[in-house]
Amino acid sequence: MPFRWRNSHLFWPLAALGGLLLINLLLKPEFFAIRYQNGHLYGSLIDILNFGSPLAIVAVGMTLVIATRGIDLSVGSLVAISGAMACLTISRGADQQSLHLVLGAVLLALAVSVALGLWNGLLVAGAGIQPIIATLILMVAGRGIAQLITSGQIITVTSKPYHFIGAGWLFTLPFSVYLAALVFLFAAWMTRRTSLGMFIEAIGCNPAASRLAGIRSRSILLAVYMFCALCAGIAGLITSSNVSSADGNNAGLWIELDAILAVVIGGTSLAGGRFSLAGTLVGALLIQTLTTTIYMLGVPPEITLVVKAFVVLAVCLIQSPSFRRAIAARGVPRKPVASRQEVSRHG
Amino acid sequence: MSENRPILKMTGIHKRFPGVHALNGVDFRMFAGEVHALMGENGAGKSTLIKVLTGVYPIDGGEVEWEGRPFHPRSPLEAQQAGISTVYQEIHLCPNLSVAENIFIGREPRKFGRISWRAMNRAAEALLAERLNVKLDVTRPLGSFSIAVQQLVAIARALNISARLLILDEPTSSLDRDEVNRLFAIMRHLKRQGLAILFVTHFLDQVYEVSDRITILRNGRFIGEYPTRELPRVELVQKMIGKDLDLLGSLPKRTPPSAGGERPFLQAAGLGRKGGVEPFDLAIGSGEIVGLAGLLGSGRTETARLLFGADRADQGKCFVEGREAKLDSPRKAIDRGIAFCSENRKAEGIIEDLTVRENIILALQAHRGWFRALSRRRQEEIADEYIRALDIRPADPEQLIRNLSGGNQQKVILARWLLMNPRLLILDEPTRGIDVGAKAEIQRLVLSLSEKGMAVLFISSELEEVIRVSSRVAVLRDRRHVRHLAGVEIRQSAIMQAIAGG
Repeated sequence: MPFRWRNSHLFWPLAALGGLLLINLLLKPEFFAIRYQNGHLYGSLIDILNFGSPLAIVAVGMTLVIATRGIDLSVGSLVAISGAMACLTISRGADQQSLHLVLGAVLLALAVSVALGLWNGLLVAGAGIQPIIATLILMVAGRGIAQLITSGQIITVTSKPYHFIGAGWLFTLPFSVYLAALVFLFAAWMTRRTSLGMFIEAIGCNPAASRLAGIRSRSILLAVYMFCALCAGIAGLITSSNVSSADGNNAGLWIELDAILAVVIGGTSLAGGRFSLAGTLVGALLIQTLTTTIYMLGVPPEITLVVKAFVVLAVCLIQSPSFRRAIAARGVPRKPVASRQEVSRHG
Repeated sequence: MSENRPILKMTGIHKRFPGVHALNGVDFRMFAGEVHALMGENGAGKSTLIKVLTGVYPIDGGEVEWEGRPFHPRSPLEAQQAGISTVYQEIHLCPNLSVAENIFIGREPRKFGRISWRAMNRAAEALLAERLNVKLDVTRPLGSFSIAVQQLVAIARALNISARLLILDEPTSSLDRDEVNRLFAIMRHLKRQGLAILFVTHFLDQVYEVSDRITILRNGRFIGEYPTRELPRVELVQKMIGKDLDLLGSLPKRTPPSAGGERPFLQAAGLGRKGGVEPFDLAIGSGEIVGLAGLLGSGRTETARLLFGADRADQGKCFVEGREAKLDSPRKAIDRGIAFCSENRKAEGIIEDLTVRENIILALQAHRGWFRALSRRRQEEIADEYIRALDIRPADPEQLIRNLSGGNQQKVILARWLLMNPRLLILDEPTRGIDVGAKAEIQRLVLSLSEKGMAVLFISSELEEVIRVSSRVAVLRDRRHVRHLAGVEIRQSAIMQAIAGG
C-alpha cells in the first residue's frame, strides 16, 4: 500500500517528462543519439544530465527547506558567491595548477556558503523571521557580496584541476553528474535512513505539535538551511568551473526560481510536510530537458521564455487533481454520480 | 411534530474509503422542526454521514432526497446553498480575521461593490446579541477569543446562512454548562421556527435534554431510529456499543494511596505565569491521580502547560523528585519523564501528513535523536502493539492519521506518550469528543497506569469523570487554584461549591 502511494506521486512528473521526450522523438529523432568518442559519451541526453546537475543539486537542498514550510531565495546569490570565492582564491595563488590550492579554494568556498546558510537559519529559526523575507535579505545582499569579491569584474582562472569540477569527465560521463548523484544520495540517505526526514515533515506539517512532541525544531531548521546553502555552494563551483571564470552578476541568476519549480513539479507542497527527493530530481530533469528541447527545435530566442512558461503551466495543470477532475467531468457531462465515483478513487 | 413528509430522506447510503467501509447501507431521515440526535461510537460513521450529506464526499451508493427532490451536492457550498449548513466539531474559521469577517466571509454586505465594514460589524453584533445573546467586540480577531466563543461564532455563521437544516457536530464539547444551556435555548427557539437540527454529541444527558428523535449507527451500519422519549438510556448505550455491559459502572473502586511519607514525583511551589495562571502549589506523587476541575478557561490547561514546559513560568519553582527542575521547554520536561496530551488534538497533537505508525513513534524518536533511528521493523512492532492494546481503528499502521476518527486519533496520541513510559502523564481533556465505550476504556487505562506507579494529572470538564478517577482534586476558579480535595472530600457538591466560589 505505501509503495503504490509513493509511486503515484512520481507518476505525473514522470509522465510529463516522458511526454516531452516523446515530442523530441517525433520531431527530432537525433535527440536520442549518443556518440562514444575519446572515451566520453556525447549527445543531447548527456548534455541534459551535465547542464542540469547544478539545478538538480540546488533543488535537492530546496526540497528540504520547502518541506519545513520554508523557502530559500538566496541560493542564486550563493551560487555566485561560492564561484567568486573559489576563483578569487585560485587567481591569487602562486601556481594555479596546484591541487592543494584548488582543494583549499573549494573548501573555503563551501565553508563560506555553509556560514551564509547558518545566517539564513538563524534569521528563520532564531529570530523567527518569515523564510521568504529572511532569505530575500541574502538574495539581494549576496549579489553585492559576490561583486565585492570579484571587484565588479569577471575573474578568469586557468587552473586545470578546478576546470575538472564542472567540465571534466570520469568513466565516460561528465564529472558534475557524479556530484549531483552524490548530493542526491547523501540527502536521501540522511533523510530516509535516519529520522531526519520524518522530523522535517513533522515540523513542516505542524510546528506546534512537533514542539510538544519534543522535536528540536530549531537545530533541524539550522541544519536544513545550512545544507541548502551547501548545495548552492557546490552548484556554484560547477557553474564557475565549467567556464573557468566567476561572474558575480550573472552566475546562478534565477536558479532559485527554477529550483522551486523543480520541487513543486516533483510533488512537494509549498505548504510543507511530505516531500519527495526523487520527484524533485525528475522535476529538475524536466526543466533541463525543456530548455534543451527548446534549443534543439530552434525556437527563436526571443520567445523561448514564453514557450517555457506555457510548458510549465501545462505540467502544473496536469498535476493538479482538481484540474484533472474538471477535465474528467467535462468528458462525462450529465452523469454527475458516475464521474464523481471515478474521482473518488483517487481520494 | 409533524409526521407527514421528511425534508431529508437518505436510503441505503454506502461510502467506502481505502480499506474501510465507512457507511454500509445507512438510512437516515429528518423532519422540519425537530432536533435529531445522531448517535454512535467513534468510527461508527457519524462524521462520514454528515460529510456525505454536505457534499464533502460523494456517495458510492444509495439515494438522497432533500425537500422531495434527489440531491447530490458536489461541494459544501452547494449543500449550503440548498439550505444545509454545518458547524463542525473542529472549528473551521480563520483565527486571524475579525469575528464579523468570519461570520460574513464570502457574503459581505456591499455598497457600490465595496465591502461596507460598518454595516457588516453592526449586523454581526446584532446577530450575536439577538440570537446567541452574547456581546462581543466583533472587530477583534477571532483567535483572541476562547475556543468556546469561537464555537459560538461558528454557530452564528451557520445561523446566518438561510438554513433549513442545521448540523451541529459536537457543538457542546468545549462549552461550559451555562454556554450549553444558552445553546439549547437557541436550538429550541430555532426548532419552533421550523428548522431541522441534526445534533451529534457524546453527552447522553444532552441528548435526552434537547433531542426529539435518535438515530443510532454502529460500525457504519444503521441500527435504528427511535423517538427519544421511548428509548431508555441503558438501551441506547447498549445499541451504540453492541454489548450488554454497563461499561461505566464497572470501574474498580480503589483507595487512594497514603498521602504522607513518600516524596511526591513532582512538586510545584508558587509556580505561575502572568496572564496564564496565578501562582499555585501542587504535588503529584507516583501512583497518584490528581484531577483538575474547573470551568473552561479557569486555568486548567495553563497549569498543565507550565508543568510540561510548553509555556515558561515567570515565577515560582518546580521540583522533580525533590530536585529543582527548570522546565522551560517540552524537551526538558520529556527528559524528566513527563508527558502531555494536549486538549487541542488537531493543532497540538497529531501530525496530519504522517502515518499512524510515524505519529506513534514520534516522541520516542525525538527523544533518541535523529541519528539513532528506530529500525523500520521495530517501528512496525511498536505500532502493531499499541494499535492492538488501544484498539485503534482501522488497525492499519500505514494509514494517514488524518483519515482516522477523532477518538482514534486521541488513542494514537496516547500511544505516542505511553511508549515513552513516562513517570508523569498529563492528560488534558483526554475523553473530549469521544464516545462512551472509549471513554470508559481510557478511564480504566488511566487507573491501571497509576496502579503501576505512574503519576497522572487528569483534566476534564466532566465532573463525574474527574471524581471517578482522581484520588485528589485541585479545583480552579478564575485562573487560581482555590481548593484541594482528597479522599472522601471528593464529592460533586464540594467541587461545585468550590467552582462556584461559595
